[in-house]
Amino acid sequence: MSRNQQREVKKISGELFTLTYGSLVAQIIKDFEHDEEVNKQLDKMGYNIGLRLIDDFLAHSNATKCKNFQETVDVLAKVGFKMYLGIVPAVGNWSSDGNECSLILDDNPLSTFVELPPEHDKLLYSNLLCGVLRGTLEMIQLRVDVSFVRDKLRGDDATEIRLKLVETLKDQAPPSDE
Amino acid sequence: CVLFFFSSAFTMIFSFFLFDRTGTCLYTAEWKRLSTFSNPPEATAKLMYGMLYSVKTFVQRISPTEPRQGFHYYKTGSYKLNYFETLSGLKFVLTTDLNVGDIKEDLQAIYRQIYVEYVVKNPYYKLGEPIDSELFKQKLDEFAKDLSYFL
Repeated sequence: MSRNQQREVKKISGELFTLTYGSLVAQIIKDFEHDEEVNKQLDKMGYNIGLRLIDDFLAHSNATKCKNFQETVDVLAKVGFKMYLGIVPAVGNWSSDGNECSLILDDNPLSTFVELPPEHDKLLYSNLLCGVLRGTLEMIQLRVDVSFVRDKLRGDDATEIRLKLVETLKDQAPPSDE
Repeated sequence: CVLFFFSSAFTMIFSFFLFDRTGTCLYTAEWKRLSTFSNPPEATAKLMYGMLYSVKTFVQRISPTEPRQGFHYYKTGSYKLNYFETLSGLKFVLTTDLNVGDIKEDLQAIYRQIYVEYVVKNPYYKLGEPIDSELFKQKLDEFAKDLSYFL
């Protein structure tokens, strides 16, 4: 087995993926009714996906340790998004301390066929993504707040996910003997 | 007794440990050990995690260059301990006898082909808990037995 064995990318139909996500969201809306609650559920599901996805990503991407948050976000956008969603969002709007930035998605494969009905004006349709990002980054010791600030679905001019680094976690020491 | 002599001429692997980020021992396996652990495996695992943590911290502290890397193996008179840590903090440990070369790729393969496939993608597995999956056990066993240095 070669050292740089890249995974053969298994392709699934993008439509199937998009429609599956759509029916998932529709079901959650049926179950929870309120948009805020739906957003929370999507985030939670994403988080649990993220906690697992990180190992799949690391095992197949040959990613090495990043020097800082900027580099991490870069890999996330260029390798991570590419690998799992087939898109490369632009990274921008860095805060001056380098702890906050935005991912700007030209194209969001989750919402290709979606039009938000007016009664769901608070719904963050793709909030699962925020959860995934939060979960993945937490597994590599970065506690990050993630939220949608703009969404084309809601009539904004772009889709923007804001990342804010809260803290860098430390290696956990072994429990001391009592 | 004769067997002992024979086997020492070959390379072998002895045991496998997997720890998660928080130090929980997720899995242990043994093959071909000629002596049993003097402690129960749980106690051995706990001691081992403490040792790995200390060695890693120490190695990083005296590293003359950035980035400060951890260690890959150490040797004693009777075995070699091979170590691989992922960025997500999983720690793979395989003890072998002294004759094996660099087996980092094998540890990475265990991560990629067995841990990710049969643990991460198993929806019934709860993260952070010891792995109790027949499939994982079986795949790891097959993988180990296929290694060139498994006698």
